[in-house]
Amino acid sequence: MSGRRDIRVTINSVVYERAVEPRLLLADFLRDTLGLTGTHVGCEHGVCGACTVLVDGDSVRACLMFAVQADGCTVETVESLGRIGGLNPLQESFHAHHALQCGFCTPGILMTATDLLKKYPLATDDEIREGLSGNLCRCTGYEHIVKAIRAVKAGAAR
Amino acid sequence: MKPAAFEYVVANSVEQAVATLAQAGGEAKILAGGQSLVPMLNFRLLRPAILVDINRIPGLAFIEDAGDAVKIGALTRHHQLETSPVIAKHFPVLSYAMTHVAHLAIRNRGTIGGSLSHADPAAELPMMALLLGATLHIISGKGKRTVKAREFFRDALTVDLAEDELLTEIHLPKLPPQTGWGFEEVARRAGDFALAAVAATITISGGAMKEARIALTGVGPTPVRASEAEALLAGRKPEAKLMAQAIEAVRAAIKPETDLHASSDYRRQLARALAGRALAVALQRAGAT
Repeated sequence: MSGRRDIRVTINSVVYERAVEPRLLLADFLRDTLGLTGTHVGCEHGVCGACTVLVDGDSVRACLMFAVQADGCTVETVESLGRIGGLNPLQESFHAHHALQCGFCTPGILMTATDLLKKYPLATDDEIREGLSGNLCRCTGYEHIVKAIRAVKAGAAR
Repeated sequence: MKPAAFEYVVANSVEQAVATLAQAGGEAKILAGGQSLVPMLNFRLLRPAILVDINRIPGLAFIEDAGDAVKIGALTRHHQLETSPVIAKHFPVLSYAMTHVAHLAIRNRGTIGGSLSHADPAAELPMMALLLGATLHIISGKGKRTVKAREFFRDALTVDLAEDELLTEIHLPKLPPQTGWGFEEVARRAGDFALAAVAATITISGGAMKEARIALTGVGPTPVRASEAEALLAGRKPEAKLMAQAIEAVRAAIKPETDLHASSDYRRQLARALAGRALAVALQRAGAT
């Protein structure tokens, strides 16, 4: 039974049906099996947050979940947020506030921020920083990322 | 860093899960939230022949007000505990503690049953189970049994749970009226494992402390209750000198390890300081000051 399993996963509104090995991580399924390379893979043990995606609306580490576990689930990756020339407000804000440099951590931070904005008041910068503490960024020092998220929060409040 | 191959079994019932465990004779592992297990699989620190996925078992994730206790299903996610109105009403100390458990993406997946069964020496939930006098309900093919949190945590990553057993429910007896709480944690970064954390409750009756509970994590192989300090406080009035004695007793009772992140002495001093703060806040919340 360690053979392949048939799974059906809705990713960014597209239904994918594939046969996968049970040990295949969701992150590798997205990138290698489906070619959705927007989701990045950093540490592969749940520390860096680069592979964060939404599963049934909740942010999860795609390296800490097997693709077979996503059978029947709805997955959203960074590709669902916007496209070049049509960024969503969070992406626009990251652009406007220079909230990325090398961009490696950005997909995970965008998906984390999407969930944070939904679940927490993020009333202070400290709360935003705490929310981001599970996503490692080695370029920006976080300052501009916090500003970008704060701006989206302020916009949403208006 | 990819897991070794394993046989994947989706359990549709608790009975099926424990039957699979029994047949596997120690070669199977339960996959709940996977937030501790999957890293170990990715590193190949563990190579179980079989993974029994319990995520699709219906009715294993719940928080239920059952009169004098609150019952929590083992598959309840950390974020559910963090945001539950029932927990907020009866165990605000637990709601607050949950905000210190890892990060949102981990809390969305991680489960209370998984955290207690895994028993990381610096995790918050084992300490909270100890503080709140939890009773753990365990099932196997041979039947059901219960164990108190006090007897459950044996050593680092080692609990009173046999290879063919599954933790299904956690029962927390409600706290008496006029109980205040405090929770203090220091970690290197928000969401990291605690360098040390202290959770305390104090119940006030007639101006005296009817009961004080003090639990610590990150200061030894398992979470601990500071029994000597608790005994010092029980039945006494919360006077400054007595509180100082109790806080010193907390420090004397623990022998933390030195590691990369902090020395043993630093951790003891930290635990003492955090115990002082947690007890002071608990007294305030109990209405004693």
